[in-house]
Amino acid sequence: MARVLMALIPAIIAYSWFFGWGLLVNIAIAVVTALGCEFLMLKLRQRPAHPFLTDGSVLVTAVLLAFCIPPLAPWWITVLGICFAVIIAKHLYGGLGYNPFNPAMVGYVVLLISFPREMTTWLPPFIMSDLDFTLLDTLKAVFLGVFPPGYALDALSAATPLDLIKTQLSIDVTIAETKAANAIFGDFGGIGWEWIGNWIFLGGVWLIYKKVISWHIPVAVLGSLFTIALIFYLKDADHYSSPMFHVFSGAAMLGAFFIATDPVSAATTPTGRIIYGIGIGILTYVIRVWGGYPDAIGFAVLLMNLAAPTIDYYTQPRVYGHKRS
Amino acid sequence: MMRRLFNFPGGVRLREHKRESTSSPVARAQLPEKIILPLHQHIGVPAKPVVNPGEQVLKGQIVAEAGNNISAPIHASTSGKVLAIEDHAIPHPSGLPARSIIIDVDGKDEATDSYGTARDSSALTAEQLREAVKDSGIVGLGGAGFPSYLKLTNEQNKVATLILNGVECEPYITCDQMLMRNHALEIVRGLQIMQRALGIQQAIVAIENNKPKELELMQHAIYEAEADNVELVQVPTVYPAGGEKQLIQTLTGKEVPSQGLPMDIGIVCHNVGTAYAITRAIEHNEPLISRYITIAGSVAKAQVLEVPIGTPVSHLIEQCGGNRKTLSRVIMGGPMMGFALHDDEVPVVKTTNCILVNSVISDVPLPSRSNFAMPCIRCGACTQACPVGLLPQQLYWYARAKEFDKIQDYDLFDCIECGCCDYVCPSQIPLVQYYRYAKSTIWQQEKEKTFSDISRQRHEFHNYRLEREKKERELRHKQKRQVVEGTSTQDDKKAAIQAAMDRVRKKRDHSEVKPKNVDNLTDQQRKLIEEVEARRKKKLEEIKHDTDNNEVESRKP
Repeated sequence: MARVLMALIPAIIAYSWFFGWGLLVNIAIAVVTALGCEFLMLKLRQRPAHPFLTDGSVLVTAVLLAFCIPPLAPWWITVLGICFAVIIAKHLYGGLGYNPFNPAMVGYVVLLISFPREMTTWLPPFIMSDLDFTLLDTLKAVFLGVFPPGYALDALSAATPLDLIKTQLSIDVTIAETKAANAIFGDFGGIGWEWIGNWIFLGGVWLIYKKVISWHIPVAVLGSLFTIALIFYLKDADHYSSPMFHVFSGAAMLGAFFIATDPVSAATTPTGRIIYGIGIGILTYVIRVWGGYPDAIGFAVLLMNLAAPTIDYYTQPRVYGHKRS
Repeated sequence: MMRRLFNFPGGVRLREHKRESTSSPVARAQLPEKIILPLHQHIGVPAKPVVNPGEQVLKGQIVAEAGNNISAPIHASTSGKVLAIEDHAIPHPSGLPARSIIIDVDGKDEATDSYGTARDSSALTAEQLREAVKDSGIVGLGGAGFPSYLKLTNEQNKVATLILNGVECEPYITCDQMLMRNHALEIVRGLQIMQRALGIQQAIVAIENNKPKELELMQHAIYEAEADNVELVQVPTVYPAGGEKQLIQTLTGKEVPSQGLPMDIGIVCHNVGTAYAITRAIEHNEPLISRYITIAGSVAKAQVLEVPIGTPVSHLIEQCGGNRKTLSRVIMGGPMMGFALHDDEVPVVKTTNCILVNSVISDVPLPSRSNFAMPCIRCGACTQACPVGLLPQQLYWYARAKEFDKIQDYDLFDCIECGCCDYVCPSQIPLVQYYRYAKSTIWQQEKEKTFSDISRQRHEFHNYRLEREKKERELRHKQKRQVVEGTSTQDDKKAAIQAAMDRVRKKRDHSEVKPKNVDNLTDQQRKLIEEVEARRKKKLEEIKHDTDNNEVESRKP
């Protein structure tokens, strides 16, 4: 678990570089809340704090959920999401090893559905030094909802590239036009976002190299997302974004390497993991393009969590001495 | 020509810990004071004792004969007096005692006349070779203990390949390695005898590539014995390369069918120790009464000993400088597949290859390292390590949930209990223990089911019989009633009653039995008898009077 957190450090630095102190504040709130909830639940369930609390699994949940919350979201959003994730999605289902759903994604989806405004108020990418939005300003914004003069949240906030393309497409603006009219697009995804994606990718590859995660799920998620996006992009580039845009936007990278690979709620057979990953990739694309939400990793992961036991049952490897079928 | 080798999936690389016990030469174990020979040291039915308590036995003398065709005789491993044939602690995971022959060792080590006499084996037929192997009590010395002569039978020429297993992949265990070092030629000669018994040409000797010295010695022995058709193969050092199924896969690429035997795919696998025992039995008339055993772990001097079968484990530990007072856990077998002994007074048996000593001072690193297992997080490390291709995490899940139908969907019974999953588990779950538990519970349930099936059948038949008897009785009554009702006058009824009463009276009168043994009695005895008779008559009269009164009573309307 420590290595999973270490692999996220470059991405956290990149995120903070582009979007300010918000993520670090969210992580701090999330970690404190998560440790508190975990400790409370372990006490109630009469489990020893060591090694359950110290194994770090709850920290991973906290950091991943913090990643999914907009940088200047009010503090109670993070607290509520973590409480739901740790208490309900994890411990009420039996705690570590027994939760059928990825706790971080349950927390995220609950927040997204319950508080759509707070959960979609993202910031445009800016470089920290360019903007005079200090740590103190961030803390005031998160905890008190007070913004420094000239920085009202509505003025600060901006749609994410995925969101923007979706809303523009709905009013018949083609992707090329949207990209030309808005300065938030980079080479593949959005400015800033694609760099965070790069660092997540590197962290994920390091985890595979260190054998903390297996390659099956990330390759399947990104591969299927890329492939299906490519098919539609080749068909109609005006209305369907490029495969690289899909892979480098939103939570695709984070989902592929850090969220979908949560072993507890994923499929566990080698073949099953590939099917599970492909399912997440395709569902993400379908919801992004035709569904009601701009991004869909959370929903896709939860839906495939549902299917994981069935996938496992039908993808048992051939056992020694049994006939090849 | 190099043989093409195949990989088996999974497996783990382990620290070998073999140097400790191979750096000093093999020594003979000192004779213990007592020898304990369990009657059940092999797969099959237990042997039947042919000696009685108090009897003097000689080394090499048969003390128990084979129970049936799947069994093996047992021979005294030294001379002495049979103390008892009783239940004694034996090396078994359950810790339950079992019937054993206990011999008080006299220390003379006197052998039978035929023991150790040279025999020319070249004249023996395959059948005679098999008989000699059977009579010598030889069983698979690699650990399974299957009577070896059965695996030297080649019905319908099904067997084409003989594999001699010198892989010995488990850490600490070195008895086969030392045997190859000291007796390579005899092992190869044993292999040739096996080839003759099976009537086959092809044979492969497999040795792990971490034993170059033994490989060279075996190569030399093959050359010396002119065993031209024996192929010596080095296999990669991956645990469990020495498992029978894995070795077959490595050497041939074939898989033994599930629930089947290697013989089903034309292969027979024997251990190098068995080959050595066969040479000693066939060429020197020595039944299986001793074997090489590694004593390692927390002892002053880890080494391989040649041990008379039946020697108590404690005796061996003491000989290697272990302190009995500080023992914490003594394991028979290796750290991966061995089991903890409940008692260090248990004897070593034919299949014992290693005694691994743990003490409170230093512990041998074991697969189930921690006392505290964390929950399974389904990381799948076990799936990658499993050499059979099972899903250990699913087996664990269903074993814990006691879903014994589901666990068989995941092929529980193909598990070879090698312990690779235990070893790699980051949550340190003792997985194999769960599988053993599930297997034994399923066996128990099947036994109970068979028993209850039989009981149910018996119960159903019992009910059927009662029903049938009831019907028959009713039929009889009906017929009787027809007879009685057919003659409906009052007199006839009375006559019927009278007849019944006559029958009863007649019966009572006839019950006066004639006295026996009344000839040649003394006067006193006769007098006593007469008094008793008188009393009895009086009593009978009283009863008769009572019943007559009752009859009068019953006649009242």
